[in-house]
Amino acid sequence: MTKQIIVPFGPQHPVLPEPIHLDLVLEDERVIDAVPSIGYIHRGFEKLVEKREFTEYTYIAERTCGICSFIHGATYCQAIEQIMNIEVPERAQYLRVIWSEYSRLHSHLLWLGLFADAFGFENLFMGAWRIRERVLDVLEQTTGGRVIQGSAKIGGVRRDISGEKLDAMVKDLDILDREMKDLTTVFLEDESVKHRLRNVGILSREDAYHLGAVGPTARGSGAAFDLRMTGYGAYDRLNFQLVTDSCGDCYSRCLVRAKELFTSTDLIRQAAKKIPDGPIDVKVTGAPNGEFFMRAEQPRGELVHYVKGNGTKFLARSRIRTPTLTNIPPLVKILQGCELADVPVIVLSIDPCISCTER
Amino acid sequence: MTYLAKSPWIVHYNGSSCNGCDIEILAALTPVFDVERFGIINTGNPKHADILLVTGSVNSQNREPLKNVYDQIPDPKVVVAIGICATSGGIFRECYNVYGGTDTTIPVDVYVPGCAARPESIIDGVVKALGILEEKRKKIQEKAGEPLKAGGAV
Repeated sequence: MTKQIIVPFGPQHPVLPEPIHLDLVLEDERVIDAVPSIGYIHRGFEKLVEKREFTEYTYIAERTCGICSFIHGATYCQAIEQIMNIEVPERAQYLRVIWSEYSRLHSHLLWLGLFADAFGFENLFMGAWRIRERVLDVLEQTTGGRVIQGSAKIGGVRRDISGEKLDAMVKDLDILDREMKDLTTVFLEDESVKHRLRNVGILSREDAYHLGAVGPTARGSGAAFDLRMTGYGAYDRLNFQLVTDSCGDCYSRCLVRAKELFTSTDLIRQAAKKIPDGPIDVKVTGAPNGEFFMRAEQPRGELVHYVKGNGTKFLARSRIRTPTLTNIPPLVKILQGCELADVPVIVLSIDPCISCTER
Repeated sequence: MTYLAKSPWIVHYNGSSCNGCDIEILAALTPVFDVERFGIINTGNPKHADILLVTGSVNSQNREPLKNVYDQIPDPKVVVAIGICATSGGIFRECYNVYGGTDTTIPVDVYVPGCAARPESIIDGVVKALGILEEKRKKIQEKAGEPLKAGGAV
Protein backbone atom coordinates (compact mmCIF):
# COMPACT_ATOMS: atom_id res chain seq x y z
CA MET A 1 0.00 0.00 0.00
CA THR A 2 1.21 3.47 -0.83
CA LYS A 3 1.96 5.65 2.12
CA GLN A 4 -0.72 8.22 2.89
CA ILE A 5 0.22 11.80 3.58
CA ILE A 6 -1.99 14.56 4.93
CA VAL A 7 -1.44 17.99 3.40
CA PRO A 8 -3.12 20.94 5.10
CA PHE A 9 -4.67 23.40 2.62
CA GLY A 10 -5.54 26.79 4.09
CA PRO A 11 -6.81 28.67 6.05
CA GLN A 12 -4.43 31.32 4.66
CA HIS A 13 -3.52 30.16 1.19
CA PRO A 14 -2.54 32.04 -1.99
CA VAL A 15 -5.50 30.86 -4.08
CA LEU A 16 -8.05 31.22 -1.33
CA PRO A 17 -9.54 34.67 -1.02
CA GLU A 18 -11.16 33.47 2.19
CA PRO A 19 -10.10 31.13 4.97
CA ILE A 20 -11.32 27.57 4.74
CA HIS A 21 -9.21 24.67 5.88
CA LEU A 22 -9.02 21.35 4.06
CA ASP A 23 -6.98 18.37 5.17
CA LEU A 24 -6.08 16.59 1.96
CA VAL A 25 -5.24 12.90 2.34
CA LEU A 26 -2.83 12.03 -0.46
CA GLU A 27 -1.41 8.89 -1.98
CA ASP A 28 1.42 10.22 -4.10
CA GLU A 29 -0.21 13.04 -6.10
CA ARG A 30 -3.75 11.71 -5.87
CA VAL A 31 -6.24 13.04 -3.35
CA ILE A 32 -7.94 10.16 -1.52
CA ASP A 33 -10.05 12.25 0.81
CA ALA A 34 -10.63 15.83 1.82
CA VAL A 35 -11.70 16.81 5.31
CA PRO A 36 -13.01 20.36 5.54
CA SER A 37 -13.00 22.32 8.78
CA ILE A 38 -14.75 25.64 8.99
CA GLY A 39 -15.37 28.31 11.59
CA TYR A 40 -12.70 30.89 10.78
CA ILE A 41 -15.28 33.52 9.89
CA HIS A 42 -17.98 32.57 12.35
CA ARG A 43 -19.29 35.72 14.00
CA GLY A 44 -22.58 34.41 15.33
CA PHE A 45 -24.66 37.36 14.22
CA GLU A 46 -27.86 35.34 14.01
CA LYS A 47 -28.03 35.88 17.75
CA LEU A 48 -27.93 39.65 17.25
CA VAL A 49 -31.68 39.49 16.49
CA GLU A 50 -32.10 39.60 20.25
CA LYS A 51 -30.26 42.92 20.48
CA ARG A 52 -31.30 44.66 17.26
CA GLU A 53 -34.78 45.63 16.14
CA PHE A 54 -36.07 43.65 13.18
CA THR A 55 -35.91 46.73 10.92
CA GLU A 56 -32.26 47.33 11.82
CA TYR A 57 -31.40 43.68 11.33
CA THR A 58 -31.80 44.21 7.57
CA TYR A 59 -28.34 45.79 7.55
CA ILE A 60 -26.83 42.91 9.48
CA ALA A 61 -28.50 40.39 7.15
CA GLU A 62 -27.02 42.32 4.26
CA ARG A 63 -23.54 41.98 5.73
CA THR A 64 -23.77 38.20 5.76
CA CYS A 65 -21.73 38.43 2.59
CA GLY A 66 -20.20 41.36 0.77
CA ILE A 67 -20.64 39.82 -2.67
CA CYS A 68 -24.33 39.00 -2.77
CA SER A 69 -25.22 41.55 -0.11
CA PHE A 70 -28.30 43.01 -1.77
CA ILE A 71 -29.90 39.60 -2.23
CA HIS A 72 -29.37 38.75 1.46
CA GLY A 73 -30.99 42.01 2.55
CA ALA A 74 -33.90 41.66 0.14
CA THR A 75 -34.54 38.03 1.07
CA TYR A 76 -34.65 38.84 4.77
CA CYS A 77 -37.09 41.69 4.02
CA GLN A 78 -39.28 39.39 1.95
CA ALA A 79 -39.43 36.90 4.84
CA ILE A 80 -40.58 39.61 7.26
CA GLU A 81 -43.05 40.98 4.70
CA GLN A 82 -44.59 37.51 4.34
CA ILE A 83 -45.08 37.21 8.09
CA MET A 84 -46.59 40.67 8.42
CA ASN A 85 -48.64 40.43 5.19
CA ILE A 86 -47.11 43.57 3.74
CA GLU A 87 -48.02 44.31 0.14
CA VAL A 88 -44.80 45.55 -1.46
CA PRO A 89 -45.39 48.09 -4.27
CA GLU A 90 -44.79 46.82 -7.80
CA ARG A 91 -42.06 49.34 -8.53
CA ALA A 92 -40.10 48.22 -5.47
CA GLN A 93 -40.31 44.59 -6.57
CA TYR A 94 -38.94 45.44 -10.00
CA LEU A 95 -36.17 47.55 -8.48
CA ARG A 96 -35.23 44.60 -6.27
CA VAL A 97 -34.98 42.41 -9.37
CA ILE A 98 -32.78 44.97 -11.11
CA TRP A 99 -30.38 45.26 -8.18
CA SER A 100 -30.39 41.50 -7.61
CA GLU A 101 -29.42 40.89 -11.21
CA TYR A 102 -26.69 43.53 -11.08
CA SER A 103 -25.39 41.76 -7.96
CA ARG A 104 -25.43 38.49 -9.84
CA LEU A 105 -23.49 40.06 -12.73
CA HIS A 106 -20.90 41.43 -10.34
CA SER A 107 -20.63 38.14 -8.48
CA HIS A 108 -20.27 36.00 -11.60
CA LEU A 109 -17.68 38.35 -13.13
CA LEU A 110 -15.78 38.30 -9.85
CA TRP A 111 -15.87 34.53 -9.83
CA LEU A 112 -14.75 34.25 -13.46
CA GLY A 113 -11.76 36.43 -12.55
CA LEU A 114 -10.83 34.42 -9.46
CA PHE A 115 -11.29 31.20 -11.40
CA ALA A 116 -8.95 32.44 -14.14
CA ASP A 117 -6.44 33.29 -11.43
CA ALA A 118 -6.79 29.76 -10.00
CA PHE A 119 -5.85 28.14 -13.28
CA GLY A 120 -3.03 30.59 -13.79
CA PHE A 121 -4.41 32.98 -16.42
CA GLU A 122 -3.75 36.30 -14.73
CA ASN A 123 -4.52 38.47 -17.73
CA LEU A 124 -8.02 37.03 -17.90
CA PHE A 125 -8.45 37.72 -14.17
CA MET A 126 -7.62 41.36 -14.73
CA GLY A 127 -9.92 41.49 -17.76
CA ALA A 128 -12.90 40.09 -15.86
CA TRP A 129 -12.39 42.53 -12.99
CA ARG A 130 -12.08 45.46 -15.38
CA ILE A 131 -15.50 44.66 -16.83
CA ARG A 132 -16.89 44.13 -13.34
CA GLU A 133 -16.13 47.76 -12.49
CA ARG A 134 -18.81 48.80 -15.01
CA VAL A 135 -21.38 46.89 -12.96
CA LEU A 136 -20.08 48.35 -9.70
CA ASP A 137 -20.33 51.84 -11.17
CA VAL A 138 -24.04 51.30 -11.85
CA LEU A 139 -24.59 49.94 -8.34
CA GLU A 140 -22.77 52.92 -6.85
CA GLN A 141 -24.69 55.45 -8.95
CA THR A 142 -28.06 53.96 -8.09
CA THR A 143 -27.61 52.88 -4.46
CA GLY A 144 -24.57 54.80 -3.18
CA GLY A 145 -22.56 51.70 -2.30
CA ARG A 146 -20.22 49.61 -4.39
CA VAL A 147 -20.41 46.28 -2.61
CA ILE A 148 -22.71 46.88 0.35
CA GLN A 149 -25.74 48.64 -1.07
CA GLY A 150 -28.11 49.10 1.85
CA SER A 151 -31.03 49.86 -0.44
CA ALA A 152 -33.42 47.10 0.64
CA LYS A 153 -35.80 47.76 3.49
CA ILE A 154 -38.85 46.13 4.93
CA GLY A 155 -41.84 47.29 2.89
CA GLY A 156 -39.96 48.24 -0.24
CA VAL A 157 -36.68 49.85 -1.20
CA ARG A 158 -34.84 52.89 0.02
CA ARG A 159 -34.06 54.59 -3.28
CA ASP A 160 -35.71 55.01 -6.64
CA ILE A 161 -34.07 54.94 -10.05
CA SER A 162 -35.25 57.70 -12.39
CA GLY A 163 -36.56 56.95 -15.89
CA GLU A 164 -33.58 58.63 -17.56
CA LYS A 165 -31.15 56.65 -15.45
CA LEU A 166 -32.91 53.40 -16.36
CA ASP A 167 -32.64 54.27 -20.06
CA ALA A 168 -28.94 55.04 -19.66
CA MET A 169 -28.41 51.77 -17.78
CA VAL A 170 -30.10 49.77 -20.55
CA LYS A 171 -27.94 51.52 -23.14
CA ASP A 172 -24.80 50.66 -21.16
CA LEU A 173 -25.89 47.03 -21.01
CA ASP A 174 -25.14 46.72 -24.73
CA ILE A 175 -21.51 47.71 -24.12
CA LEU A 176 -21.40 45.35 -21.15
CA ASP A 177 -22.83 42.51 -23.23
CA ARG A 178 -20.23 43.06 -25.94
CA GLU A 179 -17.36 43.06 -23.47
CA MET A 180 -18.69 40.02 -21.62
CA LYS A 181 -19.08 38.20 -24.93
CA ASP A 182 -15.37 38.74 -25.67
CA LEU A 183 -14.45 37.65 -22.16
CA THR A 184 -16.54 34.50 -22.03
CA THR A 185 -15.34 33.45 -25.48
CA VAL A 186 -11.87 33.07 -23.99
CA PHE A 187 -13.19 30.99 -21.10
CA LEU A 188 -15.23 28.73 -23.32
CA GLU A 189 -13.16 28.46 -26.51
CA ASP A 190 -9.51 28.75 -25.48
CA GLU A 191 -7.72 25.41 -25.81
CA SER A 192 -5.44 25.83 -22.80
CA VAL A 193 -8.39 26.79 -20.59
CA LYS A 194 -10.37 23.79 -21.84
CA HIS A 195 -7.38 21.61 -21.12
CA ARG A 196 -7.40 22.69 -17.47
CA LEU A 197 -11.17 22.39 -16.98
CA ARG A 198 -12.51 19.56 -19.11
CA ASN A 199 -13.06 16.29 -17.20
CA VAL A 200 -11.74 17.80 -13.99
CA GLY A 201 -13.86 17.39 -10.85
CA ILE A 202 -16.83 15.55 -12.34
CA LEU A 203 -20.03 15.64 -10.30
CA SER A 204 -22.74 13.35 -11.62
CA ARG A 205 -26.38 14.42 -11.71
CA GLU A 206 -27.28 11.82 -9.05
CA ASP A 207 -24.51 12.96 -6.72
CA ALA A 208 -25.48 16.57 -7.23
CA TYR A 209 -29.05 15.72 -6.29
CA HIS A 210 -28.32 13.44 -3.33
CA LEU A 211 -25.56 15.58 -1.82
CA GLY A 212 -27.71 18.67 -2.09
CA ALA A 213 -25.79 20.75 -4.61
CA VAL A 214 -27.47 24.03 -5.46
CA GLY A 215 -27.06 26.82 -7.97
CA PRO A 216 -24.57 26.66 -10.84
CA THR A 217 -22.89 23.64 -9.20
CA ALA A 218 -26.14 21.67 -9.60
CA ARG A 219 -27.02 23.19 -12.97
CA GLY A 220 -23.56 22.31 -14.30
CA SER A 221 -24.42 18.68 -13.55
CA GLY A 222 -27.71 18.87 -15.41
CA ALA A 223 -30.02 19.42 -12.44
CA ALA A 224 -32.46 22.08 -13.66
CA PHE A 225 -33.00 23.89 -10.41
CA ASP A 226 -33.28 27.64 -10.10
CA LEU A 227 -35.34 29.35 -7.42
CA ARG A 228 -36.08 32.25 -9.75
CA MET A 229 -38.36 29.86 -11.65
CA THR A 230 -40.68 29.84 -8.62
CA GLY A 231 -41.43 33.46 -9.44
CA TYR A 232 -40.82 35.24 -6.14
CA GLY A 233 -40.76 39.05 -6.27
CA ALA A 234 -41.28 40.21 -9.85
CA TYR A 235 -39.60 37.16 -11.45
CA ASP A 236 -42.97 35.66 -12.41
CA ARG A 237 -43.56 38.55 -14.78
CA LEU A 238 -40.21 38.16 -16.56
CA ASN A 239 -39.12 35.50 -19.03
CA PHE A 240 -35.82 33.74 -18.87
CA GLN A 241 -34.26 30.48 -19.91
CA LEU A 242 -32.64 28.28 -17.32
CA VAL A 243 -29.01 27.51 -18.15
CA THR A 244 -27.85 23.94 -17.61
CA ASP A 245 -25.08 21.73 -18.87
CA SER A 246 -24.79 17.98 -18.55
CA CYS A 247 -21.08 17.20 -18.17
CA GLY A 248 -20.71 18.12 -14.50
CA ASP A 249 -17.02 19.05 -14.75
CA CYS A 250 -15.32 22.37 -13.97
CA TYR A 251 -15.87 23.49 -17.55
CA SER A 252 -19.64 22.96 -17.24
CA ARG A 253 -19.83 24.98 -14.06
CA CYS A 254 -17.87 27.74 -15.77
CA LEU A 255 -20.14 27.55 -18.83
CA VAL A 256 -23.30 27.85 -16.73
CA ARG A 257 -22.03 30.97 -15.00
CA ALA A 258 -20.74 32.50 -18.25
CA LYS A 259 -24.13 32.05 -19.92
CA GLU A 260 -26.03 33.27 -16.87
CA LEU A 261 -24.34 36.65 -17.30
CA PHE A 262 -26.44 37.18 -20.41
CA THR A 263 -29.60 35.91 -18.69
CA SER A 264 -29.05 38.60 -16.08
CA THR A 265 -28.59 41.43 -18.57
CA ASP A 266 -31.70 40.23 -20.38
CA LEU A 267 -33.70 40.21 -17.12
CA ILE A 268 -32.55 43.76 -16.36
CA ARG A 269 -33.66 44.89 -19.83
CA GLN A 270 -37.08 43.30 -19.39
CA ALA A 271 -37.49 44.73 -15.90
CA ALA A 272 -36.48 48.21 -17.04
CA LYS A 273 -39.09 48.00 -19.81
CA LYS A 274 -41.94 46.70 -17.65
CA ILE A 275 -41.31 48.65 -14.45
CA PRO A 276 -44.48 50.58 -13.50
CA ASP A 277 -44.60 54.03 -11.93
CA GLY A 278 -45.68 54.35 -8.34
CA PRO A 279 -44.49 54.41 -4.76
CA ILE A 280 -41.35 52.51 -3.76
CA ASP A 281 -42.27 51.63 -0.19
CA VAL A 282 -45.14 51.25 2.26
CA LYS A 283 -45.20 52.23 5.91
CA VAL A 284 -44.56 49.35 8.26
CA THR A 285 -46.36 49.28 11.59
CA GLY A 286 -46.46 46.60 14.23
CA ALA A 287 -44.07 43.73 14.71
CA PRO A 288 -43.80 40.28 13.12
CA ASN A 289 -45.52 37.41 14.88
CA GLY A 290 -45.01 34.06 13.21
CA GLU A 291 -42.37 32.27 11.20
CA PHE A 292 -41.41 31.98 7.56
CA PHE A 293 -38.87 30.25 5.33
CA MET A 294 -37.93 32.55 2.46
CA ARG A 295 -36.03 30.93 -0.39
CA ALA A 296 -34.30 32.94 -3.07
CA GLU A 297 -31.72 32.38 -5.78
CA GLN A 298 -28.35 33.82 -4.96
CA PRO A 299 -25.48 33.83 -7.49
CA ARG A 300 -24.22 30.66 -5.80
CA GLY A 301 -27.54 28.88 -5.44
CA GLU A 302 -30.46 28.56 -3.10
CA LEU A 303 -30.50 30.86 -0.11
CA VAL A 304 -32.84 30.29 2.82
CA HIS A 305 -33.70 32.93 5.39
CA TYR A 306 -35.74 31.53 8.26
CA VAL A 307 -37.27 34.15 10.50
CA LYS A 308 -39.35 33.68 13.62
CA GLY A 309 -41.03 36.63 15.31
CA ASN A 310 -42.75 36.74 18.66
CA GLY A 311 -44.78 39.93 18.31
CA THR A 312 -42.07 42.22 19.73
CA LYS A 313 -39.55 44.44 17.97
CA PHE A 314 -36.93 41.75 18.55
CA LEU A 315 -37.12 38.53 16.59
CA ALA A 316 -37.02 35.18 18.37
CA ARG A 317 -34.76 33.52 15.82
CA SER A 318 -33.04 34.07 12.52
CA ARG A 319 -31.42 31.27 10.60
CA ILE A 320 -29.56 31.69 7.34
CA ARG A 321 -28.71 28.68 5.22
CA THR A 322 -26.42 29.67 2.44
CA PRO A 323 -25.60 27.91 -0.85
CA THR A 324 -21.91 27.26 -0.12
CA LEU A 325 -22.76 25.26 2.99
CA THR A 326 -24.77 22.79 0.93
CA ASN A 327 -22.16 22.80 -1.82
CA ILE A 328 -19.39 21.60 0.53
CA PRO A 329 -20.47 17.89 0.56
CA PRO A 330 -20.44 17.78 -3.29
CA LEU A 331 -17.05 19.53 -3.17
CA VAL A 332 -15.61 16.85 -0.86
CA LYS A 333 -17.03 14.21 -3.19
CA ILE A 334 -15.40 15.64 -6.32
CA LEU A 335 -12.08 16.21 -4.55
CA GLN A 336 -11.81 12.48 -3.90
CA GLY A 337 -9.68 11.01 -6.63
CA CYS A 338 -8.46 14.24 -8.20
CA GLU A 339 -4.85 15.32 -8.70
CA LEU A 340 -3.33 17.59 -6.05
CA ALA A 341 -2.58 20.21 -8.72
CA ASP A 342 -6.28 20.44 -9.60
CA VAL A 343 -7.41 21.13 -6.02
CA PRO A 344 -7.38 24.97 -6.32
CA VAL A 345 -9.41 24.86 -9.55
CA ILE A 346 -11.94 22.40 -8.13
CA VAL A 347 -12.37 24.32 -4.86
CA LEU A 348 -12.93 27.54 -6.80
CA SER A 349 -15.33 25.84 -9.22
CA ILE A 350 -18.15 25.68 -6.65
CA ASP A 351 -17.70 29.43 -6.05
CA PRO A 352 -17.11 29.12 -2.31
CA CYS A 353 -18.29 32.03 -0.20
CA ILE A 354 -17.07 31.28 3.28
CA SER A 355 -18.45 34.42 4.93
CA CYS A 356 -21.94 33.32 3.94
CA THR A 357 -21.31 29.79 5.08
CA GLU A 358 -20.15 30.58 8.58
CA ARG A 359 -22.19 33.69 9.30
CA MET B 1 7.88 59.09 -2.54
CA THR B 2 11.62 58.57 -2.86
CA TYR B 3 11.43 55.75 -0.34
CA LEU B 4 9.57 53.73 -2.97
CA ALA B 5 12.88 52.55 -4.35
CA LYS B 6 11.80 49.07 -3.26
CA SER B 7 8.51 47.39 -4.09
CA PRO B 8 6.40 46.86 -0.96
CA TRP B 9 4.57 43.54 -1.10
CA ILE B 10 1.36 42.96 0.76
CA VAL B 11 -0.16 39.88 2.30
CA HIS B 12 -3.86 39.82 3.02
CA TYR B 13 -5.46 37.96 5.88
CA ASN B 14 -9.23 37.68 6.00
CA GLY B 15 -10.36 37.69 9.62
CA SER B 16 -14.10 37.27 10.00
CA SER B 17 -14.83 39.69 7.21
CA CYS B 18 -18.02 39.65 5.15
CA ASN B 19 -15.95 39.71 1.94
CA GLY B 20 -16.89 43.29 1.15
CA CYS B 21 -13.48 44.68 2.11
CA ASP B 22 -11.63 41.66 0.68
CA ILE B 23 -13.02 42.14 -2.78
CA GLU B 24 -12.28 45.85 -2.53
CA ILE B 25 -8.63 45.01 -1.76
CA LEU B 26 -8.57 42.81 -4.83
CA ALA B 27 -10.33 45.54 -6.82
CA ALA B 28 -7.52 47.91 -5.82
CA LEU B 29 -5.06 45.50 -7.49
CA THR B 30 -7.01 45.28 -10.74
CA PRO B 31 -6.88 47.62 -13.76
CA VAL B 32 -9.20 50.46 -12.68
CA PHE B 33 -7.25 51.25 -9.49
CA ASP B 34 -4.07 49.34 -10.28
CA VAL B 35 -1.76 49.58 -7.26
CA GLU B 36 0.76 47.48 -9.16
CA ARG B 37 1.92 50.72 -10.73
CA PHE B 38 3.52 51.46 -7.31
CA GLY B 39 5.19 48.04 -7.40
CA ILE B 40 2.72 46.70 -4.84
CA ILE B 41 2.03 43.02 -5.32
CA ASN B 42 -0.37 40.83 -3.40
CA THR B 43 1.65 37.83 -2.32
CA GLY B 44 0.27 34.76 -0.63
CA ASN B 45 3.44 34.15 1.31
CA PRO B 46 3.85 36.13 4.55
CA LYS B 47 7.64 35.69 4.43
CA HIS B 48 7.75 37.73 1.23
CA ALA B 49 5.58 40.51 2.58
CA ASP B 50 6.18 43.93 4.14
CA ILE B 51 2.60 45.00 4.77
CA LEU B 52 -0.17 42.94 6.35
CA LEU B 53 -3.70 43.90 5.39
CA VAL B 54 -6.30 42.56 7.81
CA THR B 55 -10.02 42.61 7.08
CA GLY B 56 -12.77 41.63 9.45
CA SER B 57 -12.86 41.23 13.20
CA VAL B 58 -10.94 38.75 15.30
CA ASN B 59 -12.73 35.65 16.61
CA SER B 60 -11.68 32.64 18.63
CA GLN B 61 -10.95 30.46 15.59
CA ASN B 62 -8.87 32.90 13.55
CA ARG B 63 -6.87 34.48 16.37
CA GLU B 64 -4.03 31.96 16.17
CA PRO B 65 -3.72 31.94 12.34
CA LEU B 66 -3.64 35.75 12.38
CA LYS B 67 -0.85 35.82 14.99
CA ASN B 68 0.96 33.14 13.04
CA VAL B 69 0.83 35.12 9.78
CA TYR B 70 1.97 38.26 11.61
CA ASP B 71 4.91 36.48 13.23
CA GLN B 72 6.08 35.10 9.91
CA ILE B 73 6.43 38.52 8.27
CA PRO B 74 10.05 39.71 8.58
CA ASP B 75 10.83 43.05 10.28
CA PRO B 76 10.19 45.85 9.50
CA LYS B 77 6.48 45.22 9.01
CA VAL B 78 3.35 47.33 9.03
CA VAL B 79 -0.21 46.26 9.78
CA VAL B 80 -3.15 47.98 8.12
CA ALA B 81 -6.64 47.27 9.46
CA ILE B 82 -9.09 47.55 6.55
CA GLY B 83 -12.73 48.34 7.21
CA ILE B 84 -14.66 49.10 10.35
CA CYS B 85 -14.76 45.44 11.48
CA ALA B 86 -10.96 45.25 11.54
CA THR B 87 -10.85 48.65 13.25
CA SER B 88 -13.29 48.01 16.08
CA GLY B 89 -15.49 45.03 15.34
CA GLY B 90 -18.04 47.28 13.65
CA ILE B 91 -21.57 46.03 13.22
CA PHE B 92 -20.59 42.62 14.60
CA ARG B 93 -18.93 43.98 17.76
CA GLU B 94 -21.61 42.57 20.06
CA CYS B 95 -21.56 39.07 18.59
CA TYR B 96 -20.61 36.30 21.02
CA ASN B 97 -17.74 35.04 18.89
CA VAL B 98 -16.14 38.39 18.14
CA TYR B 99 -13.26 39.71 20.27
CA GLY B 100 -13.12 43.07 18.51
CA GLY B 101 -10.76 44.75 16.07
CA THR B 102 -7.37 43.57 14.88
CA ASP B 103 -5.60 45.52 17.64
CA THR B 104 -6.93 43.07 20.24
CA THR B 105 -4.46 40.54 18.84
CA ILE B 106 -1.61 42.26 16.98
CA PRO B 107 -0.33 45.86 16.90
CA VAL B 108 -1.96 47.97 14.18
CA ASP B 109 -0.27 50.96 12.48
CA VAL B 110 -2.92 52.28 10.12
CA TYR B 111 -6.71 52.14 10.37
CA VAL B 112 -8.86 52.40 7.23
CA PRO B 113 -12.51 52.70 8.30
CA GLY B 114 -15.48 52.20 5.99
CA CYS B 115 -18.13 49.58 5.36
CA ALA B 116 -16.96 48.44 2.97
CA ALA B 117 -13.72 50.45 2.76
CA ARG B 118 -13.45 51.95 -0.72
CA PRO B 119 -10.46 51.04 -2.93
CA GLU B 120 -9.38 54.71 -2.89
CA SER B 121 -9.17 54.74 0.91
CA ILE B 122 -7.41 51.37 0.95
CA ILE B 123 -4.75 52.76 -1.41
CA ASP B 124 -4.50 55.85 0.80
CA GLY B 125 -4.01 53.63 3.86
CA VAL B 126 -1.31 51.59 2.17
CA VAL B 127 0.55 54.75 1.09
CA LYS B 128 0.45 55.92 4.74
CA ALA B 129 1.78 52.51 5.75
CA LEU B 130 4.73 52.96 3.38
CA GLY B 131 5.86 56.03 5.34
CA ILE B 132 5.64 54.11 8.62
CA LEU B 133 7.49 51.19 7.07
CA GLU B 134 10.36 53.51 6.12
CA GLU B 135 10.49 54.97 9.66
CA LYS B 136 10.69 51.49 11.12
CA ARG B 137 13.41 50.53 8.67
CA LYS B 138 15.50 53.56 9.65
CA LYS B 139 15.15 52.74 13.35
CA ILE B 140 16.27 49.17 12.82
CA GLN B 141 19.27 50.32 10.80
CA GLU B 142 20.27 52.98 13.34
CA LYS B 143 20.10 50.38 16.07
CA ALA B 144 22.38 48.13 14.09
CA GLY B 145 24.78 51.07 13.61
CA GLU B 146 24.91 50.78 9.84
CA PRO B 147 24.98 53.79 7.52
CA LEU B 148 21.62 54.71 6.03
CA LYS B 149 20.92 53.97 2.43
CA ALA B 150 17.72 55.18 0.85
CA GLY B 151 15.43 52.24 0.19
CA GLY B 152 18.09 49.74 1.12
CA ALA B 153 17.15 46.32 2.30
CA VAL B 154 17.47 45.54 5.97
